[in-house]
Amino acid sequence: MNTSVNLAGVTLKNPVLTASGTFGSGMEYSEFVDLNRLGGVVTKGVAVTPWEGNPTPRVAETTGGMLNAIGLQNPGLDVFLQRDMPFLQKFDTRIVVNVCGHSEEEYVEAVARLADSPADLLEINISCPNVKEGGIAFGTNAAKIEEITRAVKRVAKQPVIMKLSPNVTDITEMALAAQNGGADAVSLINTITGMKIDINRRTFALANKTGGLSGPAIKPVAVRMVYQVAQKVSIPILGMGGIACAEDAIEFLMAGATAVSVGTANFHNPRVTEEIVAGIESYMTRNRVEDINELIGCVK
Amino acid sequence: MKQYRDAEVISAEQLAEGIYSVVLQAGEIAAQALSGQFVCVYSDDKAHLLPRPISICDTDREAGTLRLVYRVVGFGTDELSRKKAGDYVRILGPIGTGYEQVAEGAERPVRVLIGGGIGIPPMLLLAKEWSEAGYEVHTVLGFRNRDTFLLHDFWKYGYVHIATDDGSVGVHGTVVDAIREEKIITSDNAFTALIAACGPMPMLRGVANLAKEQGVPAYISLEERMACGVGACLGCIVKTRDVDEHSHVHNKRICTEGPVFNVKDLML
Ligand SMILES: Cc1cc2nc3c(=O)[nH]c(=O)nc-3n(C[C@H](O)[C@H](O)[C@H](O)COP(=O)(O)OP(=O)(O)OC[C@H]3O[C@@H](n4cnc5c(N)ncnc54)[C@H](O)[C@@H]3O)c2cc1C
Ligand SMILES: Cc1cc2nc3c(=O)[nH]c(=O)nc-3n(C[C@H](O)[C@H](O)[C@H](O)COP(=O)(O)O)c2cc1C
Ligand code: FES
Repeated sequence: MNTSVNLAGVTLKNPVLTASGTFGSGMEYSEFVDLNRLGGVVTKGVAVTPWEGNPTPRVAETTGGMLNAIGLQNPGLDVFLQRDMPFLQKFDTRIVVNVCGHSEEEYVEAVARLADSPADLLEINISCPNVKEGGIAFGTNAAKIEEITRAVKRVAKQPVIMKLSPNVTDITEMALAAQNGGADAVSLINTITGMKIDINRRTFALANKTGGLSGPAIKPVAVRMVYQVAQKVSIPILGMGGIACAEDAIEFLMAGATAVSVGTANFHNPRVTEEIVAGIESYMTRNRVEDINELIGCVK
Repeated sequence: MKQYRDAEVISAEQLAEGIYSVVLQAGEIAAQALSGQFVCVYSDDKAHLLPRPISICDTDREAGTLRLVYRVVGFGTDELSRKKAGDYVRILGPIGTGYEQVAEGAERPVRVLIGGGIGIPPMLLLAKEWSEAGYEVHTVLGFRNRDTFLLHDFWKYGYVHIATDDGSVGVHGTVVDAIREEKIITSDNAFTALIAACGPMPMLRGVANLAKEQGVPAYISLEERMACGVGACLGCIVKTRDVDEHSHVHNKRICTEGPVFNVKDLML
């Protein structure tokens, strides 16, 4: 049975990765999961300098999901390269570094400094709904996406995945802009902007007022968007949004994703990523699927 | 090592209006648990994804059991309160840095343990540990009214002082009022005292002010909304005075570097 897939020229032993921001740099979850079993680890977004993030409360539960407004707190690229990267290198898994920035220059600088690092792939987060500059301001403007993709590609040595926001009228337009800018892949979806009000305190559940919705509640939206983008672009898709079991992951593959990221589900079950890998294998055995690539985009 | 497992309910009871106690068979989690640490409790309902952090109130290492005492405030705690002996609860733990971090020793033998409302239960295991270690344990408990809980357990471990909001039992007022009125910490013994506290934020601020005024070291236990419970999501931070070693910004993770902190390190 073959479970390996090719994501933008990089071979993954299986299509299961972690979703940025939900898995740290793998260290915390390595107590529960054998990272060697995963196709890859996508790290928490990292910027050229440390970011403090937003005030608390930063997270709130919603039915079948959650809102977060972490605000991309991160220790900065120097610490990431000295501490987190050597940790991840100890495992036989692909390292996908998620990059954030306040401006085009910051994205370019981060990508340039990662060029000679052991990162296998870069995921550029132009879709975070919780920061004022950068993030979603770029991710909802097709011209800007194309421009940033081009700028980042000029200095990148690793394949570049542009991470798209679902908070747009037509996500295929954004995916095409990334492809035109030279992106090697796209990942989708980032969180959907939402709000929760605490009726006892008569205020917002999150200090940031709005936050990004993730978890099973967003899965049908994510599957629809992966499918639509798959019909329009020729570059591979890293699909995510609400995946909590092997069946969910397979839906994304069938909709056209080459690989998937698992995020919020880790919070409910710290072993879920490894269970999804095993679940995909048993689905393949049960259904006599020789090669996982048969499933990718099989629903048209 | 943290464990993620199903724990069998050994016994469950109601202690007061809205306050429940549950004893869980938790094997290694119970064997490792330290005072001040907590466990994450998961709902059986898939629409409620996030863990409910609940402090470890007591343990029986040999039996491998863990006691949690909690207030029903919403979906998860309500579901937990309906569990009966023989039912199972999914938990993760033990989590966090507890009172093992307390650097002071025999030079501060007067240990003042302060609990307000649902901040009372985590003080029990600590009272037990510190009384066994030979310290002079004073527990100061703040309740709303005469509907008290866990008093019989605390009486086993040193002196117990009570404050109530309505004055129906003990000192009429806050735990800080009780400490002053009952002269638990005075300028005469402050240099031998140490404070541990858990409760609502206004109480903790009052305790922090008292500690500063008397020059007494104080360790407090904080609450925040959590998503992962293991230090990965950065949801549960508290602002710190200095740049934190792990985050490299002025934030510590309550689930990992806490929930117990030395007040002098925090921006409250
Ligand atoms: C370290 C720590 C230790 C705690 N120890 C205890 C304890 O020993 N006994 C006890 O009764 N309570 C304790 N709490 C508070 C307890 O976690 C909440 O009361 C509980 O999560 C409420 O869940 P719910 O589903 O009943 O309420 P809901 O309001 O339905 O919960 C909705 C969401 O908000 C979260 N939430 C609600 N209130 C709190 C809160 N105060 N703190 C953190 N998250 C919250 C829930 O976890 C859930 O994700 C502790 C909290 C923390 C952070
Ligand atoms: C707490 C939290 C933090 C996140 N941080 C990031 C981040 O730093 N960078 C990023 O590109 N996406 C981030 N995301 C978005 C996820 O990577 C993912 O796109 C989204 O949550 C949908 O997947 P899920 O439903 O499986 O969680 C974060 C999501 C959550 C819940
Ligand atoms: S709850 Fe995720 S870091 Fe503390």
